[in-house]
Amino acid sequence: MTAPAKRITDIGPPHYEKFLPPIIKRNYGQWKYHESLAPGVLCHVSETGDKLYSVRAASPRLLSIKTIRYFADLADKYCDGYLRFTSRNNVEFLLDDPGKIELLKQELRDAGYPVGGTNNAISNIVHTQGWVHCHSSATDASGIVKSVMDALCDHFTQQNLPAKLRIAVACCLNMCGAVHCSDIAILGIHRKPPKIKHDVLPKVCEVPTLIASCPTGAIRPKTVDGKQSVEVVEEQCMYCGNCYTVCPAMPLNDPENDGISIWVGGKVSNARTAPKFTKLAIPFLPNNPPRWPEVVDAVVNIVNVYSQGAKKFERVGEWIERIGWPRFFQLTGIEFTRYHIDDFKNAGQTYARSTHIRF
Amino acid sequence: MDNDEKKSKTPLLDELEKGPWPSFVTEIKKTNNETCQDLLGQLELSYEERKGHWKHGGLVGVMGYGGGVIGRYSDVPEKFPKVAHFHTLRVNHPSGWFYTSQALRTLCDIWERHGSGLTNMHGSTGDIVFLGTKTDELEPTFKELTEAGFDLGGSGSCVRTPSCCVGEARCEWACYDTMKLCNDLTQAYQDELHRPPFPYKFKFKCAGCPNDCVASIARADLSVIGTWKDQIQQDDAAVTEYAAAGLDIQKDVCERCPTRCMAWDGKKLTIDNGECVRCMHCINVMPKALRPGKEKGATILIGSKAPIVQGALLSSVLVPFVPAAELLDTLKELVSRVWEFWDEYGKNRERVGELIQRVGMANFLDAIGLDPDPAMISAPRDNPYIFFQKKEGE
Ligand code: HEM
Ligand code: HEM
Ligand code: SF4
Ligand code: SF4
Ligand code: SF4
Ligand code: SF4
Repeated sequence: MTAPAKRITDIGPPHYEKFLPPIIKRNYGQWKYHESLAPGVLCHVSETGDKLYSVRAASPRLLSIKTIRYFADLADKYCDGYLRFTSRNNVEFLLDDPGKIELLKQELRDAGYPVGGTNNAISNIVHTQGWVHCHSSATDASGIVKSVMDALCDHFTQQNLPAKLRIAVACCLNMCGAVHCSDIAILGIHRKPPKIKHDVLPKVCEVPTLIASCPTGAIRPKTVDGKQSVEVVEEQCMYCGNCYTVCPAMPLNDPENDGISIWVGGKVSNARTAPKFTKLAIPFLPNNPPRWPEVVDAVVNIVNVYSQGAKKFERVGEWIERIGWPRFFQLTGIEFTRYHIDDFKNAGQTYARSTHIRF
Repeated sequence: MDNDEKKSKTPLLDELEKGPWPSFVTEIKKTNNETCQDLLGQLELSYEERKGHWKHGGLVGVMGYGGGVIGRYSDVPEKFPKVAHFHTLRVNHPSGWFYTSQALRTLCDIWERHGSGLTNMHGSTGDIVFLGTKTDELEPTFKELTEAGFDLGGSGSCVRTPSCCVGEARCEWACYDTMKLCNDLTQAYQDELHRPPFPYKFKFKCAGCPNDCVASIARADLSVIGTWKDQIQQDDAAVTEYAAAGLDIQKDVCERCPTRCMAWDGKKLTIDNGECVRCMHCINVMPKALRPGKEKGATILIGSKAPIVQGALLSSVLVPFVPAAELLDTLKELVSRVWEFWDEYGKNRERVGELIQRVGMANFLDAIGLDPDPAMISAPRDNPYIFFQKKEGE
């Protein structure tokens, strides 16, 4: 009898050193400066004089193994088999021979993967699962990303904005990604309270956890038909969906009332000003697949008004802080509504407490 | 065979194959197996009806691990039987997302044998995401993955997969070795990553400098952001070159400095480094002339999270400076104390950031044995509701 093969566990990821191109191994920690040679092409120069060229191309993030194999073939052909992905899910090819850059760029472009995403460009959109894989989504992620980037693709392949512009999409307010800290964020939201399935609730949910999951305390225990269940105080519910996350008997999807909100002005880098949260620009736009024209128009409008009005190096949030929110709404033509005024805990911190007003 | 007949008609999704940006619909179609055809079919239905068609949750996994797999079931399995089960495996990526073509092909081969052939490169926490397989394929996939040297990443109330910026591998601004720290942390906490021990999730992210290219300050419970303590390294000749090339140093650098600690007299740039807050702006603008100092390390920040439940948080300063060489040990010591406190006092599904909000930062510092430091606040409190400790009133 042969002993069963030993089960391998807790090995963690492979060590990154196995995957570093020789030029990076030689110059690890010794980079001196970098230059941007063209949109999508960076050159890093080492203290040793070595030069590393990175070519960055767009990816839809959702990739088939066919495309990954194609990227692998390109890496073999142009960079001895080395490549990497970025924190915004672009793909980067790492070359030590500048003579191959143009050929690689051409091949990527011909295959439908635009080259760009560097410096003052709109890089890839950090996004989530949507209708492709998640149960709590109020919208699709991939479809919106495709529609928005089709409209903004020239800003990916050029670097002509005042500063970097980061866009993120999340399909519900769990915000799996970077929505709360991006220059422009697209967020799926609901507008109706959950529909409670009293018949299954006691079997599939833990009531105390369910009650604790609600940010506004809208959920109360209640006995329905002799069985333990809950009720939702509808005036207190702002449709966040967290109760559904912890309890399958609280679904709140609703095609007519689910949709999109648009947020602006967040950043994570510390350059010049401190990191900032995104803030509400547009409370609601309809879900309009497959192209979400209202969402695309709204984003393009904000990008245009920003790029005309911002000073060099100003991120969207820095630009708005300089001109003030009233001017932002005026210049973009976005309607200001009661929904823009914060009413969650400590909301007063966002009210204007001065007479500094531009008329 | 009769693939053509079986293919769902997808007029709405077909629209998304047009346009210059690479299309995820094309990606799904390219994979051209029955699973992907059913996925497209179900997605088309979602596009028609404007709602998702996945059932809630699903507890599946591999033996010995409490996380790493997200179970997913279609709510229209009779229509799309091939996605009746459509589970995701999170596969821990190598630090910095570097690969060889050979490693990628190995992953593709495994996933072709056992799953849909669709992936996310990468999930926002960092993992390689294998998108869509059946429950009975999980163990065989895991076996082949570990034999190829890959392990699962995290999910659930555990240490999630740590991630980092490219750091010293390709950036002159890295103030510590982000890829090494990320890898060391991942290896050190394999148990906490695979077997959820906590009240809720806990994420590490490592950025080499305050540009924070992995957005650690917004997306990690524990954010490690590189910085330096001494002077910005300055090359005067290179500054002059920038000026000669047309950079308006007064306007674009000095006047954009948040502390106005720079002066430019037309020939010489002077930095009052004692006032510099290391924001990176001047360095970003003149990479050939200015670089971070030589006394390098990192600031450790704690508590960022998305809105659920009590509102979104950015991480806040916990330790202003740790020398690069001491980072790993300091972090291990620190998180062991944080986890001990969180384990004892954290409520179910309460992130560390929310726990700190609830008990107060000062109590939290006491609990983990750190002294208060003015670098931890943006301003002292503006209300007089001060809790004096007993011994001081006596
Ligand atoms: C040596 C120079 C730099 C290097 C090597 C570098 C590297 C990177 C890389 C590889 C990414 C992912 C990019 C992508 O996927 O398109 C990234 C993202 C990012 N970078 Fe940089 N970067 C540099 C300079 C900067 C500067 C000057 C800033 C800020 C002014 C900055 C802020 C960011 C931010 C905020 C992200 C996005 C993080 C996210 O949301 O995922 N970086 N950086
Ligand atoms: C309900 C089903 C959910 C699904 C299918 C889902 C899916 C995902 C996936 C695939 C990722 C990327 C993971 C990786 O790279 O390893 C992710 C990240 C994330 N998830 Fe979720 N998620 C769910 C629930 C939640 C909940 C309940 C929350 C918060 C309360 C949440 C907050 C986040 C955040 C903040 C991130 C990003 C962290 C980062 O930027 O590193 N998710 N989610
Ligand atoms: S953002 Fe919400 S809907 Fe989207 S993947 Fe995350 S939990 Fe699911
Ligand atoms: S949707 Fe949100 S606010 Fe409404 S009951 Fe559920 S948890 Fe509470
Ligand atoms: S965070 Fe800093 S060190 Fe890391 S890649 Fe970005 S700029 Fe470079
Ligand atoms: S790093 Fe920032 S604060 Fe420091 S001198 Fe440069 S611009 Fe000023």
